Amino acid sequence: MNASVAHGPAPVARGAVSRLSCLVVQPLLIRIVRRIAAQHPGLFARLGPHQQTDFVIDATELPFALHLRPDPDALIFRAVPRDALPQAGALIRGRFMLLLELIDSEEDGDAAFFSRDLEIGGDTEAVVRLRNALDDVDVSIAEEAAQMFGAPGRAILARLRRAYADDTKGRGHA
Amino acid sequence: MTPKLTLGPIAYHWSAEERRDFYARIADEAAIDEVYLGEVICSKRAPFHEADLPATIERLERAGKTVVLSTLAEVMLKRERKATGDLADMDHPEIEINNAAGLYARGTRPHRIGPFMNGYNEATIAWMAGKGATHVCLPTELPGEAIAVAAKAARALGLGVEVQVFGRASLAVSARCYHARAHGRTKDNCQFVCENDADGMPLRTSDDRPILRINGIQTQSESYVSLLPECTALTAGGVTHLRLMPQAVDMVQVAAVFRGVLDGALGLAGAEARLQELCDGIGFSNGFFHGQAGYRRITAASPA
Amino acid sequence: MSLAELICPAGTPAALRTAVDAGADAVYCGFQDATNARNFPGLNFTPDELAASVAYAHARGTKVLLALNTYPPAGKVDLWRQAADTGARLGVDAFIVADMGVADYIARTHPDVRLHLSVQAAASSPEAIRYYCEEFGVKRVVLPRILTIPEIRQIRKEIPCEIETFIFGNHGLMVEGRCSLTNYLTGQSTNMDGVCSPASDVTYERCADGAMASRLAGFTIDRFGPEENAGYPTICKGRYTAPHRDEAFYAFEEPVSLNLSRLLPELIEAGVHAFKIEGRQRSKSYVRGVVSAFRKAVDDIRAGREADIADLVALTEGQKQTQGAFQTKKWR
Repeated sequence: MNASVAHGPAPVARGAVSRLSCLVVQPLLIRIVRRIAAQHPGLFARLGPHQQTDFVIDATELPFALHLRPDPDALIFRAVPRDALPQAGALIRGRFMLLLELIDSEEDGDAAFFSRDLEIGGDTEAVVRLRNALDDVDVSIAEEAAQMFGAPGRAILARLRRAYADDTKGRGHA
Repeated sequence: MTPKLTLGPIAYHWSAEERRDFYARIADEAAIDEVYLGEVICSKRAPFHEADLPATIERLERAGKTVVLSTLAEVMLKRERKATGDLADMDHPEIEINNAAGLYARGTRPHRIGPFMNGYNEATIAWMAGKGATHVCLPTELPGEAIAVAAKAARALGLGVEVQVFGRASLAVSARCYHARAHGRTKDNCQFVCENDADGMPLRTSDDRPILRINGIQTQSESYVSLLPECTALTAGGVTHLRLMPQAVDMVQVAAVFRGVLDGALGLAGAEARLQELCDGIGFSNGFFHGQAGYRRITAASPA
Repeated sequence: MSLAELICPAGTPAALRTAVDAGADAVYCGFQDATNARNFPGLNFTPDELAASVAYAHARGTKVLLALNTYPPAGKVDLWRQAADTGARLGVDAFIVADMGVADYIARTHPDVRLHLSVQAAASSPEAIRYYCEEFGVKRVVLPRILTIPEIRQIRKEIPCEIETFIFGNHGLMVEGRCSLTNYLTGQSTNMDGVCSPASDVTYERCADGAMASRLAGFTIDRFGPEENAGYPTICKGRYTAPHRDEAFYAFEEPVSLNLSRLLPELIEAGVHAFKIEGRQRSKSYVRGVVSAFRKAVDDIRAGREADIADLVALTEGQKQTQGAFQTKKWR
């Protein structure tokens, strides 16, 4: 499926907010992804031929989506407004904290898929490779990223986790 | 060496009367050299036709055919263990073993290796030959290049080598009966509902594409495997026996088409057209042989 | 009472460490090639990773079992032999095998390493199991998931080796090692290539009504309504129509996972030596959750306490669980 056509046009005002948010987070994203790539070089071997695949990671409650191309020689990780998404090789869509927990292997990807909380599209092998590559990283990528921004970073992550836990309480798979 | 045409064991629950008529015609009319008999799929069906077995064997042998008895593919229950042991005790006719329980019972006495026995490679075939195997039917999914290597190794050990060239491929067996399940029954209470589907029960995808056939505990291909165009290459590569699986079509005529091609009496194009005519509405496939999806039909890039 | 060892899946070195830390008695894993039945993209071990993993496991008293449980096609047997040689050199505690040629090679070349008979060998009778024990010196058989507990108890009396049974995870419906369904649609073989519904051939499509269709090589396997739990896109878990059934139905099995947590005492009593948790393709999160829960349960039972099994249903396929054939032969 072509992930880039999965969305309707966003209203103009939301589009502006989205573009602004992208500008704000972009420097952070680049720092995070470069740091992770430097710390966990083994991750790229498991990606195999999908180092050049364009992943669209769509955290549904964020004002923008994320575009990842995990090419160790030309790493891309950027925030993109939903009306300007690139042609995606693979799409991963779910709530932000679910995606964060999947990255950190606190949640099981297959279970999230079975429960329909996680949607995937495009090249399934690319998604499976990315999942297995991230799963072989022992430390918490979220914690590591939060650490980069000191106490404020850790505080934001803690608040997000609390909000997600409250939100999903009683849904049977938190 | 002239390749032999064989007729595999009937996979379906054909009635005793249908079987008697079928084998009478095979004995009298079919250009088939060797016939495999016996229930391979479901031990519950065996009592229906077991009583006729001695007469069928006699009839076929009188017509000059070699008869081989095949053992069950799945052996779990007491009656299945006993059936396998009883066959393994026989001195005549030859037996084809489809489960390791049969290998255990047979010991080093001569036997054939059936397609369910997973003789995938030269190492396994050599092992089996050392334990008394005289003949191996290769797994249906084995691609052509592996068949060539396996056949060469098996021939060097003096074994006969067989490949299925016609009929639905066995894709899976299970402990569960899917015929019974489809009719809301269990295996123990199946009431032999599989007897209604002489060529298997067709399954289609939810968007109406034919995909598989159910035969009791067995799942088969929707398409008939046809290696008619590949027969010459197979036999040139050392395959000594070509197996036709009984389907609900005129098997005497099917055998005649294959015999015609092997003897050079029939051109390939005419033979393929004739086979399609005999199997009206059935798709043919040879994907496994070409190392591709089994359901596919690959046409040769250039005529041989 | 049997030892009731817990045999746990490891798809990556990190998952292996997770399983060891969560209390696995043994972990099973494979190389990044066709020599094992979970040859999935991005999964499994390089020889270097296996070396480090064996060291990690052995330092904590955990065994490492190497799965060499596929069937080499003719002409490619060397890959399996080399994998066995590498495994022996790295000090794995056992090989899990299915192919007779591979079993014979290991029995002759590495006679000091234990041989376990994979479920892929489909040995479901005492005679079949005895064949592998007597011919190759197999020390343990992994039983197919098709037997009832009384049947397992009976087999135990008639065989000279240990029994391992699956207790949790994906519930295979077909006789393992005899299934070419994936190859029929994709050209990749479960027996020869170690794949089942390869991700490269799987697509998911979101439909306008919120439903999701799963396809394998273009064949529609299932279609899940917006609120319906999903399963793996495997042919044996798909919905199809038949001539007498216009409505697509689960012709083989529903998306459902095996969970025998409530039968553990009976299985131990029946003489099962080892409990296997399926799921080398699953995440560390799954491994941590399932292994911890079963570690506690087995310890409770061995100490004579009532086992308190955590609810693992969230980790099951289709979020549904079954005791399958183990509970009743009506399952057949």
